[in-house]
Amino acid sequence: MSSAPPIDAPRAPKPEDPYRLGHRAGGHGHGHGHGGHEATGHGEGGPASKWTITAFGFWIFLLSDIVMFSAFFAAYAVLAQSTAGGPTGRELFDLKGVAIETACLLASSFTCGLGSIATYKKNVLWTEIWLLVTGLLGFAFVALEFHEFAHMIAEGAGPQRSGFLSAFFALVGCHGLHVSVGLLWLGTMMAQVWIKGFRPPILRRLLCFNLFWHALDIIWVGVFTIVYLIGSGV
Amino acid sequence: MLGKLDWSAIPFDQPIPLIAAAGTMVILGAVLVWVTVKGHWPYLWHEWITSVDHKRIGVMYIILGAVMLLRGFADAIMMRTQQAMAIHGPGYLPPEHYNQIFTAHGTIMIFFGAMPLVIGLMNFVVPLQLGVRDVAFPTLNSTGFWLTATGALLVNISLVVGEFARTGWLPYPPLSEATYTPGVGVDYYLWAIQISGVGTLTTGVNLVTTILKMRAPGMSYLRMPMFCWTSLASNLLIIAAFPVLTATLAMLTLDRYLGFHFFTNDAGGNMMMFVNLIWVWGHPEVYILVLPAFGIFSEVFSTFSGKPLFGYRSMVAATLFICIVSFMVWLHHFFTMGAGADVNAAFGIATSIIAVGTGVKIYNWLFTMYGGRVRFATPMMWSLGFMVTFVIGGMTGVMLAVPPADFMLHNSMFLVAHFHNVIIGGVVFGVFAGITYWFPKAFGFRLHEGWGHAAFWFTMAGFVIVFGSLYVTGFQGMTRRLQHIEVEEWRPWLYLSVAGIGVMIIGAFCQIMQLVVSIRDREKLRDVTGDPWDGRTLEWWTLSPPPHFNFAVLPDVHGEEAYWTMKERAFDMEQLAPEPKYEPIHMPKNSPTGFVTAFFATLIGFALIWHIWWLAILGFIGAYATFVVFAWRNEDEYVVEVDELVEAERERRAARAQWFGLGNPA
Repeated sequence: MSSAPPIDAPRAPKPEDPYRLGHRAGGHGHGHGHGGHEATGHGEGGPASKWTITAFGFWIFLLSDIVMFSAFFAAYAVLAQSTAGGPTGRELFDLKGVAIETACLLASSFTCGLGSIATYKKNVLWTEIWLLVTGLLGFAFVALEFHEFAHMIAEGAGPQRSGFLSAFFALVGCHGLHVSVGLLWLGTMMAQVWIKGFRPPILRRLLCFNLFWHALDIIWVGVFTIVYLIGSGV
Repeated sequence: MLGKLDWSAIPFDQPIPLIAAAGTMVILGAVLVWVTVKGHWPYLWHEWITSVDHKRIGVMYIILGAVMLLRGFADAIMMRTQQAMAIHGPGYLPPEHYNQIFTAHGTIMIFFGAMPLVIGLMNFVVPLQLGVRDVAFPTLNSTGFWLTATGALLVNISLVVGEFARTGWLPYPPLSEATYTPGVGVDYYLWAIQISGVGTLTTGVNLVTTILKMRAPGMSYLRMPMFCWTSLASNLLIIAAFPVLTATLAMLTLDRYLGFHFFTNDAGGNMMMFVNLIWVWGHPEVYILVLPAFGIFSEVFSTFSGKPLFGYRSMVAATLFICIVSFMVWLHHFFTMGAGADVNAAFGIATSIIAVGTGVKIYNWLFTMYGGRVRFATPMMWSLGFMVTFVIGGMTGVMLAVPPADFMLHNSMFLVAHFHNVIIGGVVFGVFAGITYWFPKAFGFRLHEGWGHAAFWFTMAGFVIVFGSLYVTGFQGMTRRLQHIEVEEWRPWLYLSVAGIGVMIIGAFCQIMQLVVSIRDREKLRDVTGDPWDGRTLEWWTLSPPPHFNFAVLPDVHGEEAYWTMKERAFDMEQLAPEPKYEPIHMPKNSPTGFVTAFFATLIGFALIWHIWWLAILGFIGAYATFVVFAWRNEDEYVVEVDELVEAERERRAARAQWFGLGNPA
């Protein structure tokens, strides 16, 4: 067990490897070659800035979040007809209420965008004002959704009634939960901006919050179309 | 006050878990006492527990994974011996305990053994290979690790407080619904996986961002080392697949806790939907594990053959091909569950096509060795062993991909042998190759070659004996997960598999001895060059262990094999590159955020399992407070001054010049 095989081959410079695929000695293999004397490659100037890294990473997270929603959408699509003799979407959905909800959320995205313009202009007061308006609209959305859920459960159309209603409450509730967490984040951000001002990490977080809030809007457009519009047979 | 928790949760009537748990607690307690007596707590806290250094986190992941690998191996030993002892008899494990063991074995091996090992290696190696100083989000990285540890802790708590799931490692409904499994076993499974799943997702986000946005100057995509490519593919799969697992388990949780009807067999639930959703995650998961292993083998074959990787670009293409096609084959896990001939045929063909990508890789590795000066160090042994076993595993996989054959082999021991063949032969051998390959980089000394070779040969032989026998029992019609056996013909093969697992135990013992002996002889095995294997990628550019900032100045990359190119140039010019201009650098500060978050996550998980609602709320408040405290800190970086950089870099250059035989560079 002590006879270890030799590991350290003597290190000697070797000629070009003749077996190497895609490598032509002296040729120009479009930058992937073994150049050695060419300039640093193709605009790859080292690590990106923190701003870019943070935003990019958050985008990746949002993509994963959208994948999670897609699983809930898929479950809803599978179970949409599984009403088990219970109420259908056509009987339950109140499109007028949902339209108001949608208007609140879309408007909140607009005010969120205005807030990011104020941030860009380095205006703390207007940033706070637009964040507050965004929060109030978001809160109105959550309150309306809560009211809709309470109403349905009181009618005996709760998530325990059928597969369809389970999928409905989970999908719409998951979005509502995201908006609620977003509100908590928004409140925390407002306090941070107020106390600490526009420090670089806080600016990056505001950017992420904006991305998050707009992504929730995109998901809601899907919910509104697939669940409510198609579900109520418009 | 304590929800469903009372004294009946402790299994006083079952000696095996009690003794196992007592033993674990004694060992843990002894370690804690030793740490306290020796006064190592400040060191542990400042240098490891709160560390946001990707190298430290990588090492902690690997320690967690290795401990859980042993834990899962203990389950495997119990399963093999139970089946051998329960021919025409009850054996020594009652059914409800045996069912927990095979569930825990699968869960622990995949989620808390293989995943942390693979993620640990990626964490340690990828930033070094890319020539950068850390991952994109260092504190998130630490949080991800500690959340994974939380999941592992919850699974192990279930050994003595309550029970673990008896449903198999993927809890198929309706068995896993509250109606049929009312205990806390499935809940332990659900919350452990959900919490560690958050950790895995953060790793995915982190490493994808790191690879795509943080590379040394000059390192274009097609100059990245192969391991970085396979890590990228693996982490992209994490991002695309793990959210589906989260959603699926959330649906099952809603069914169990709030009476939803996603997967129930009444009120319109659809249990086939669970099977589809879980395998939409489950199949890519196989590639999440094995792709980084392919990357490790690529590095090892190339280094120990003294040649560049053959067909680098075709390797990249094959990796991305596998990455995409892995999402199109999930139905082959349940050909027998009523999809119909056309659908089965489509998925069967897609599954067979994946073998093309893998075949490309196998040939590339063979041609990498062809004409090279192959050195048979331990990492190379694991890689060669992989090559043989994985081809066999791949071929039995293609057999299973043929739907008519699958109708015969489905749920048999043949299937069990097949996936162990690819996961042990692929992932575990890959991880062992990676650990022995990069160990000197992490700790500054090599692992003992003799014990390493012994570990390889015993593990390999035991593995072939165990799963060779199980292939045969599969052909003889033995189904998986049997608690007792009534068929006489299986007896010799079951005995043989017990003998095989004995050989594997010797292999595991050799691994432990390898570590012990190497630590004892560390001065003899010391690596002063930082480049013990004559490596080709940037991690070997640094000294071993690398300084906390990795690179005093980010390397300028020319060509595919960044470090090899530099070495060749140093030989051509007969001197090192001129000394660069140093600038102070900023490094992320350590933070207890990850550890504290995981503490609260443990409270939340435990509270939700036992319905202790007030504790769960408290946990959420604590986690949020931790988050806010983290967000409120004013200083998140510290500066490494030029003096320290110059000192570290001169030391490195002196070592490098000596290694190249170039005289004093400074």
